[in-house]
Amino acid sequence: MTTLSAPADARARRTKAARRADLWKATPVTKIVLTVTLIVSAFPLYWMIVIASRSNREATDIPPPFLPGGNLGQNIQRVLSNEDAHYLAGLTNSIIIASTVTVSVVLISTFAGFAFARLRFKGSRVLLLLVLVTMMVPLQQMGLVPLYRMMVGLEWIGTLKAVILPYLFNGFGVFLMTQYTEQAVPNELVEAARVDGASTLRIWWNVILPAVRPGMAVLGINTFMLTWNDFLWPLIVLTPDNPTVQVAINSLNAKYGTDYVLIFSGTALSVVPLIVVFIAFGRQIIGGLMEGAVKA
Amino acid sequence: MSLHVDAGTPRRAPVPPPRRNARRGPGRTLLSWLDLKAAPYLLISPYYLLFLLFGIFPLAFTLWYSLYDYDLAGTVTWTGLGNYTALLTDSAFWNAVVNTLGMFAIATVPQILLALLLANALNKRIRGRLFVRLGVLLPLVTSVVAVAVVFTQLYGRDWGLVNWILGSVGVDPIDWKAERLPSWLAISTMIDWRWTGYNAIIFLAAMQTIPKDLYEAAAIDGASRRRQFWQITIPMLRPTMIFVVLNSTIGGLTLFAEPTTFYGGNVHGGSNSQFQTVSMFIVEQGFREFDYGYAAGAAWLLFLMILIGSLINFLLIRRIGGNK
Repeated sequence: MTTLSAPADARARRTKAARRADLWKATPVTKIVLTVTLIVSAFPLYWMIVIASRSNREATDIPPPFLPGGNLGQNIQRVLSNEDAHYLAGLTNSIIIASTVTVSVVLISTFAGFAFARLRFKGSRVLLLLVLVTMMVPLQQMGLVPLYRMMVGLEWIGTLKAVILPYLFNGFGVFLMTQYTEQAVPNELVEAARVDGASTLRIWWNVILPAVRPGMAVLGINTFMLTWNDFLWPLIVLTPDNPTVQVAINSLNAKYGTDYVLIFSGTALSVVPLIVVFIAFGRQIIGGLMEGAVKA
Repeated sequence: MSLHVDAGTPRRAPVPPPRRNARRGPGRTLLSWLDLKAAPYLLISPYYLLFLLFGIFPLAFTLWYSLYDYDLAGTVTWTGLGNYTALLTDSAFWNAVVNTLGMFAIATVPQILLALLLANALNKRIRGRLFVRLGVLLPLVTSVVAVAVVFTQLYGRDWGLVNWILGSVGVDPIDWKAERLPSWLAISTMIDWRWTGYNAIIFLAAMQTIPKDLYEAAAIDGASRRRQFWQITIPMLRPTMIFVVLNSTIGGLTLFAEPTTFYGGNVHGGSNSQFQTVSMFIVEQGFREFDYGYAAGAAWLLFLMILIGSLINFLLIRRIGGNK
């Protein structure tokens, strides 16, 4: 607070501030890069809506149409009533699968994250290391055959159990919640609760849970999206008459190859719920992503 | 992320001291001792139980399966390393390996360069920051199947937008699915569209942790922006670069949904398997030919590929900007 600073000092400070501002100013190149990126990001989604709201004759016009038409409602009705795709069943199944997996992954990860971050026990370092190592293994491809045979043996092929069970845990989730708990819950808080005579479960409920809720939200949204979008495993263990939404789109794609309008309407219908979630929670998703990235 | 979380435990009166509270009786001590020792294991047990059942167990059994020969009739015979030696001389398997590596290279290199460029732009002072970041991440929300459906139509031979644009500048229409290189290019653009923004956000997060003083000092010394980018930003981003590249390696080498959807949901990968990846090969062998042993062997070779690929990339990146 040197209010009577020499003028030279003030000038030096001002030029420094100016230089700082100059370094981070958006140049024309910056603006071009960002504008092009936004257009490229949005265009395929916009295109999806354009085709989904047209008729097949218009969709194959040359030059192609660039504005949405008025057939969206009618096309979506065609998707929903299509006998090969079982689209509505797929939509319901996807919601059930993604919600179950999300709740399980978040709970299991929060439990384990608490233990790894704030409890002392023998072997904790090795066990945590094991989680990190297995994050590198593509379990989906590696376990494909035995997992499939397992589901055949249990007679679970075609049921939602077969899709849900292998996804109930997630190494990345444990890693994320361990990091998050370490940062959000000071050790003293846990110790204090312990001294007060609280049991471990009580500490989890009363101390950990309220503090790590934002981390749980990020993990939950991520898990929901990943599960919703998953394709390979549901394609193998489900049958076309009881699909997930991705498998239903695949059926449409395989059977009605040139009925673009039908396929695009189904696709648009599967993407819209996620985009709504994404925009609603956008700030948290980006925050969580960036925080996780710095720590990884 | 407020640290001042209401712990929710109503504070009891300071007397009696908590020590005595914990030692009310012998049963209480035993219980709390048990709680202290056993609770951590209880808390991590759901994860490890599921991991054992659906992680370790299938992994071990993949190895087991790969030592047997299965045929369509359902007979199983021991072959030892027979599946592996057969795979290594199977031109269809090598075709899948070449396709996977080719698409991985075509997709990953531009993707990482573009992501760096984009992150650098996002790191500037811009208006509507959240809006721009959301826009950049929009592709990530879109499912792979949806991306593949839209791009497959855009790359259509007869009515596709890409060919129409090429045609308007005098280029003959390209049959994107019929040839190897065009199909690889088409599939690579699907991957890049979905992942470039995500990687840019990861880079951006790392860029924001670089002390601004470094740039200011460099600017005073007369270093140009480009020079600052290569001499400060890139070396400081090395740990993040390793993360991003390893991620892309795993994702790229296990590529499945894009090429499958590109060929109408068929894992054959084009009329001559010109874009069949190793993952598609595994599914075709295991679930079309029902040769589980062969598929399991291919899965282990894929794992080996990922390990080698990760190691090479890791060593390469450690060299980049190693002058730090």
